[in-house]
Amino acid sequence: MLDKDGIAKRIAKELQDGFYVNLGIGIPTLVANYVPEGMNVTFQSENGMLGMGPFPYEGEQDADVINAGKQTVTMLPGGVYFDSATSFAMIRGEHVDLTVLGAMEVSEKGDIANWKIPGKMVKGMGGAMDLVASAKNIIVAMQHENKAGESKLLPQCTLPLTGIGCVKKIVTELAFLEVTEDGFKLLERAPGVSVDDIKKATLGKLIIEGEIPEMVI
Amino acid sequence: MKKVYQNAEEATHDITDNMTIILGGFGLCGLPENSIAALVNKGVKGLTCISNNAGVDDFGLGLLLKNHQIKKMIASYVGENAEFERQLLNGELDVELIPQGTLAERCRASAAGIPAFFTPAGFGTEVAIGKETREFDGKMYIMERRFHADFAIVKAWKGDTNGNLIYRAATRNFNLPMAGAGKITIAEVEELVPAGELDPDQIHTPGIFVKRIFQGAKYEKRIEKITVRKREI
Repeated sequence: MLDKDGIAKRIAKELQDGFYVNLGIGIPTLVANYVPEGMNVTFQSENGMLGMGPFPYEGEQDADVINAGKQTVTMLPGGVYFDSATSFAMIRGEHVDLTVLGAMEVSEKGDIANWKIPGKMVKGMGGAMDLVASAKNIIVAMQHENKAGESKLLPQCTLPLTGIGCVKKIVTELAFLEVTEDGFKLLERAPGVSVDDIKKATLGKLIIEGEIPEMVI
Repeated sequence: MKKVYQNAEEATHDITDNMTIILGGFGLCGLPENSIAALVNKGVKGLTCISNNAGVDDFGLGLLLKNHQIKKMIASYVGENAEFERQLLNGELDVELIPQGTLAERCRASAAGIPAFFTPAGFGTEVAIGKETREFDGKMYIMERRFHADFAIVKAWKGDTNGNLIYRAATRNFNLPMAGAGKITIAEVEELVPAGELDPDQIHTPGIFVKRIFQGAKYEKRIEKITVRKREI
């Protein structure tokens, strides 16, 4: 089973040299810590940064330099600031190569719900709807089941949708899956996790073809 | 026509009850904090505020919320504000949540004289309810409209007496597309200089979009989440 950093490490293996990447809040943010050595990846923050770097050193934080999660960050050499309209031109215009975000539910058709729990949580969608509607490649980083032990990989989402038919890949603490026309295709098992464990935790249609390899991270 | 105003009170003097106001900033970053303070002091009520966020409990638009001066909030993300959630769940506040890119483009369209545009964001979700949808090149889009706001209030780093603006770092955010998005745009700046002192090659917002400009009395520039790393010794 993977911990949060393990999930981030597995997603980092999907990065390619020259990629522009937008990372969502939570586990996705950790992916930045595991960019393979020698690979050049540029992080986009939708509030207006391309070339976002790590947190500043203590005492060097700048109120004018924050990420989309409102955390103080730094800009790397060669980076650029821009406004929100330009930022979403990058996103809707499919100039961002990879989007990694969290989810509350994903359906076997690639629908995603991650912005609202009616009557309980009203925070808003932020940039998530723009991102999922346009990204060429979306990887969801999430736990396989919610806190109540219910599967988050479903035949259909039950929560209000963020986008439809958009999720391409999912990495959970149990597995690496691809969303295909026929359902969730199991690509890899997390270390120490059996195919049966994954079957039990997946409510949506799971496709298992041949031997499923264990992840190497 | 007079463009330079002495302070926030003077620049916002004709903002009255029930008006619609567009306000710049992302979270607390690049927030027109002097203008917000003036609106709080003035006590105008029934406002419709269009801004990416709703501030935190004791700063930014949160100050107007606490005073019950906002009737309706149009935003993309309103977490970080317990008072907001309380008023919303109690039915004291009307809220329209819209995708962040759609919000930015609706502001840009408002400033640019574009009545409507098509975006894929929100297609197939509750955001699309009641909106025209159309297929272009095999993909589905929803039609979004411009805003009609009485005022737009933005914050820049430097400005000149012609209203030309330069933003610093990530404070461009919504300030840039919101400049010109209201019938009257007010810009507050950290430093106001005489026209001619800013390099025309470095200006982000041409002064034609700005009707009023003033230098803010003071900037707290509060940070919402301070995240740092330790120096390796």
